[in-house]
Amino acid sequence: MEHTPPPFFKRGPAPVVRLMFFALLSMALIVLDARFRYAEGVRSALALATQPLQLVALAPAAAVRRIGTFFASQSQLADENAELRGKLMEATLAAQRLEAEAAEGARLRRLVGAAERVPGVTAAPAEIVYSARDPFARRVFIDKGAREGVLAGSPVIDERGVVGQVTRVHTLLSEITLLTDKDQAIPVQVARNGLRAVAFGGGASGLLELRYLAANAEIVNGDRLVTSGIDGIYPQGLAVGTVTRVERDATNTFAHVLCEPAAGIERGRTVLLLTLSGAAVAPPPVEAAAEKTREKPTGKTRRQRTKDARGP
Amino acid sequence: MGPEGRQTILRPVRLSTIAVSLGAALLLNFVPWSNLAFAPDFVALTLAFWCVRQPRIIGLGAGWLLGLVMDVGNAALLGQHALAYSLLAFCAVTLSRRILWFPLWGQALHIAALLLLAQAVATVVRLAAGAEFPGWGIALGPLGAALLWPLVSVLLLAPQRRPIEVDDTRPI
Repeated sequence: MEHTPPPFFKRGPAPVVRLMFFALLSMALIVLDARFRYAEGVRSALALATQPLQLVALAPAAAVRRIGTFFASQSQLADENAELRGKLMEATLAAQRLEAEAAEGARLRRLVGAAERVPGVTAAPAEIVYSARDPFARRVFIDKGAREGVLAGSPVIDERGVVGQVTRVHTLLSEITLLTDKDQAIPVQVARNGLRAVAFGGGASGLLELRYLAANAEIVNGDRLVTSGIDGIYPQGLAVGTVTRVERDATNTFAHVLCEPAAGIERGRTVLLLTLSGAAVAPPPVEAAAEKTREKPTGKTRRQRTKDARGP
Repeated sequence: MGPEGRQTILRPVRLSTIAVSLGAALLLNFVPWSNLAFAPDFVALTLAFWCVRQPRIIGLGAGWLLGLVMDVGNAALLGQHALAYSLLAFCAVTLSRRILWFPLWGQALHIAALLLLAQAVATVVRLAAGAEFPGWGIALGPLGAALLWPLVSVLLLAPQRRPIEVDDTRPI
């Protein structure tokens, strides 16, 4: 016979047991998300629930901004108009020159028989609605999502240069990882001499860092960096930044190069989403095959699957 | 309840009050802040409040779910806030009887320690996942939130307070 007291005050499992349960569940999620990126399904399902909340939370700020623009004085608007007109003139001039150059370039390329590179880039404006409340990363959210056809991986620019890249697409919002994020990298090229490098985000400093450049690499202060386009994600020739410091240390194999981003990465509100309509770089064959097998789980053995993955 | 100056008997809490306050805290957390380091975490504060006041209604499960919502809304590592909030809820539930014996500023000190612990757990998780340390400024948010504790206590307990007016027709 059991001698346990009757459950007068039923309180479920002990708090320590509950803590263990939830802590283990969280740990599992953390590992799945950080190491394997398997938690995206959970994330997008939850994002659907949180987005309305976020949009409501952003409404007051948007209303204040709208009222502010309503009361903008006429002289201010006139000034801004004149400034924009001037900028437009400059841009038109530059565009005409660029057109001529592009035509000439195309002609030369045809002469040497190289394949014509079709830029095929479409652009859509978007507005940054808020920056993620996460002191460990540099991420912002824009007001366009899967409903508007945003694709993960698209580059994001502003009027001065590259801002970042779309890393996650939710239904109404998309998440952009800024160039200054510690985990963000972008292939660049020195505009002056075509030297290729990879720029990594500098985190809280708000700068970019060129890693793995040989100590004797030909790079000096003030060099302009543009995207090299070899990754197939960023179109070629977008401004990325300007080199502000080059340290060459005899004890070190690599030069320590810092650069200032060209775009107003943590300041602007309006950005341009680029979509490469041309043939994007296909994923590596192994990954593509693995995904195919994941999509339709068949009763294949592991050996068969790896054989598939090694296929064409 | 503890020896709070004037002893009052509170009405039983309504679930709608808890839900609305947690929803409002989520809204406040999603409001854009100019400097993230000083932004108090309203969700953690409200969660700690209800864990202390109503440990049988709000506990680890609610904390875990709220943490997941925070993770998704802020594009953080999935599970980072969930872990921190369930630990926060556990500590708040365990210490709830002790905390309520203190005056409001004493409670705020306890809450400051709990919120700092939660922030520390989240930081350790992120550092382990490869993020960089953003500086000691991140300790200011929890401290600021603890300063809001007296205000939150008064605000969230207001619906439970009985009206002071005396009913003369009642015999007792």
